[in-house]
Amino acid sequence: MAINILMPALSPTMEEGNLSKWLVAEGDTVKSGDVMCEIETDKATMEFEAVDEGIIGKIVVPEGSEGVKVNAVIAVLIEEGESVDDVAEPIAASAIVTAAAEPVVAESVSAVVVEQDLPEGTTFKSTTVREAICDAMSEEMRRNPDVFLMGEEVAEYQGAYKISQGMLDEFGEKRVIDTPITEHGFTGLAVGAAFAGLSPIVEFMTWNFAMQAIDQIINSAAKTRYMSGGQMTCPIVFRGANGAAARVGAQHSHDYATWYAQVPGLKVVMPYSASDYKGLMKSAIRDPNPVVVLENEMLYGRSFDVPEIEDYTVPIGKARIWRQGDDVTIVSFGIGMQYALAAADKLAEEGISAEVIDLRSLRPMDTETVVKSVMKTNRCVTVEEGFPVASIGGHISATLMQEAFDYLDAPVINLAGKDVPMPYAANLEKLALVTTEEVISSVKSVTYR
Amino acid sequence: MAAAKTRKKSNVSKEELLGFYREMLLIRRFEEKAGQLYGMGQIGGFCHLYIGQEAIVVGLESNTIEGDQRITSYRDHGHMLACGMDPKGVMAELTGRIGGYSRGKGGSMHMFSNEKKFYGGNGIVGAQVPIGAGLAFANKYRGNNNVSFAYFGDGAANQGQVYETYNMASLWKLPCIFVIENNQYAMGTSLQRASSTPDLYTRGEAFGIPGEAVDGMDVLAVKAAGAKALDHCRAGNGPYILEMNTYRYRGHSMSDPAKYRTREEVQKVREERDPIDHIRDMLLTGKHSTEDDLKAIDKAIKKTVTEAADYAIASPEPELSELWTDIYAEAE
Ligand SMILES: Cc1ncc(C[n+]2csc(CCOP(=O)(O)OP(=O)(O)O)c2C)c(N)n1
Ligand SMILES: [Mg+2]
Repeated sequence: MAINILMPALSPTMEEGNLSKWLVAEGDTVKSGDVMCEIETDKATMEFEAVDEGIIGKIVVPEGSEGVKVNAVIAVLIEEGESVDDVAEPIAASAIVTAAAEPVVAESVSAVVVEQDLPEGTTFKSTTVREAICDAMSEEMRRNPDVFLMGEEVAEYQGAYKISQGMLDEFGEKRVIDTPITEHGFTGLAVGAAFAGLSPIVEFMTWNFAMQAIDQIINSAAKTRYMSGGQMTCPIVFRGANGAAARVGAQHSHDYATWYAQVPGLKVVMPYSASDYKGLMKSAIRDPNPVVVLENEMLYGRSFDVPEIEDYTVPIGKARIWRQGDDVTIVSFGIGMQYALAAADKLAEEGISAEVIDLRSLRPMDTETVVKSVMKTNRCVTVEEGFPVASIGGHISATLMQEAFDYLDAPVINLAGKDVPMPYAANLEKLALVTTEEVISSVKSVTYR
Repeated sequence: MAAAKTRKKSNVSKEELLGFYREMLLIRRFEEKAGQLYGMGQIGGFCHLYIGQEAIVVGLESNTIEGDQRITSYRDHGHMLACGMDPKGVMAELTGRIGGYSRGKGGSMHMFSNEKKFYGGNGIVGAQVPIGAGLAFANKYRGNNNVSFAYFGDGAANQGQVYETYNMASLWKLPCIFVIENNQYAMGTSLQRASSTPDLYTRGEAFGIPGEAVDGMDVLAVKAAGAKALDHCRAGNGPYILEMNTYRYRGHSMSDPAKYRTREEVQKVREERDPIDHIRDMLLTGKHSTEDDLKAIDKAIKKTVTEAADYAIASPEPELSELWTDIYAEAE
């Protein structure tokens, strides 16, 4: 019986890809394990192997095709003695019930209403978050020979999420270092190197794995300055993907924003846009203190305009107002901004004007900007993906109670991820995360609409 | 106590060979199907296939008795099938459905079975090793005769907690077999690039734990080594290390571009060392089975796997209320 070969999903986040090359031709016999074609995803070019034995009866999608949707029929495999014409209709891919990953986050459409303080005539370049992080690290490594990058798969593999692509080539193996899988060990080692005056950048493949190393981050990196009466310095950056990706389950989806934001001696940033990734990463590398950079895998491939300014930095500890408004203040950071901005767009259509603040830095936190905004709007909704207990939003609420109590016209609502370990099932995962709809209904609730 | 390399084979009957053939083939076909379902978007997130390593779990499970426990990493489908878990329940967990072993909440990396004493499915590299020793601790505490198997990879062998565990396991003579599945790579990093010494089975020497290197592509060698290790543990002599030399044919997970090794390298292992072909040849050359006999087995296994896939797709997603269940156990 003929078998349809379908465009495969080759990563947790892939929805379409390019069919760059066919390595087999019509009439060729293939067996399980033979490479049939090369497929380009947003992360890499991958070889696609045959699972079944048979003869390539027809190539449906020619090589060089771009944007081929996952599950589209790309070729038909037939058995000996069969011909493609025997196959009346290619067996529909629709025979497969897809519970397939709908994008967990919707595309942000929100225009940046408020520009940052940039010199007149600044031009912008569309840059992915992935490129912005790589550019920031590379620029700083060119500037300062004491900066180096270490972590699992950062060098030869070019980064598990392709963040350090090309860096081994440029800086060599002395400065771009593959470590064994031994987080507690290499984190402590990097802290020692920082005490000795170097400026390490430690990549955790994801922050979930930094739980193996958290003692060195907190007890050694964060506290030593104080314990030494100001003698010791620990200029180090800890960075990597944080929070939920797509269906990777409870152990790989933890958001650590509040964990690190709680610790004196650390600085913590959690950017949303590529320009902030770039500017904050550069500031983090230059900072004489340990800085935790919480990145997000779902944002790595997203493009934003990044100012074409030489040596572009963003100060740690300053929030950014993305959108001005009068009716309500929405405070978020990291991927939460996605929902905040999308909600603000929709609310604008309904005549509700939301001011959207991106905290960017969680420690130190620019609560001043939030308080000022709430004094104007008198209402506030906070949005984050982490757990609701002892959350960043909870801290914002407490601050508003103390500093803007008389200005509040409604209780502050804190939106967060649900108070459960992240489930794997597609429908439950969706439910566990914050949604744009929740932001909209919360805003309506605090504005009594 | 010197660690020694042995490649001894046991005397095997036709029935035993056929059993090995069936069990290894089930894992292989199951994994191929899982790869296919991933490509179709039915399975999400991470999915790590066990193809190439089948002989290890099949050989070791052949000596176990009721009550022995096992724990491993995220590359866990083979372990579950080999200890007798139902292919339908495993596949339905891969698709995130209510019929899965974790009711859809765990996924490929996180499945468990109280009944089969399978304790996961751990996504954190190395974390299963002390837990495996803890299972052995419970055996010793209760004074039963059971042994626990803690499986981990060559990459995991560099985690500090492995050595903390070795020390305690030896100090307290815990009945634990540490099975290092050395498939030569940790993601894109070869053993040589990550380990100061390549012979992982010798790393227990400093703690007084005997170790042995085994051809992990030869199910008979695995079985023989496992029997010896089990005897050692059941006799109350403490832990044992088995380093299984093996190879993973597929990428680390589904999204691995695999630029760190050549296609020829993979092909050579497939052609020369494949654990299933090896037993197949023994069955045919020993005149135990005919091509037709084996074809009939292949067909039956294909059917089992197809049924598992059908079940995994037909089983419904969990009810939304499931989001809020299973967070805490109720006090009895
Ligand atoms: C503590 C921790 N660090 C990093 C990772 C990411 N990671 C997952 S698997 C893997 C490689 C492990 O290789 P190995 O132990 O050889 O097992 P194999 O995958 O070859 O079975 C890495 C680095 C993780 N899951 N947990
Ligand atoms: Mg390995």
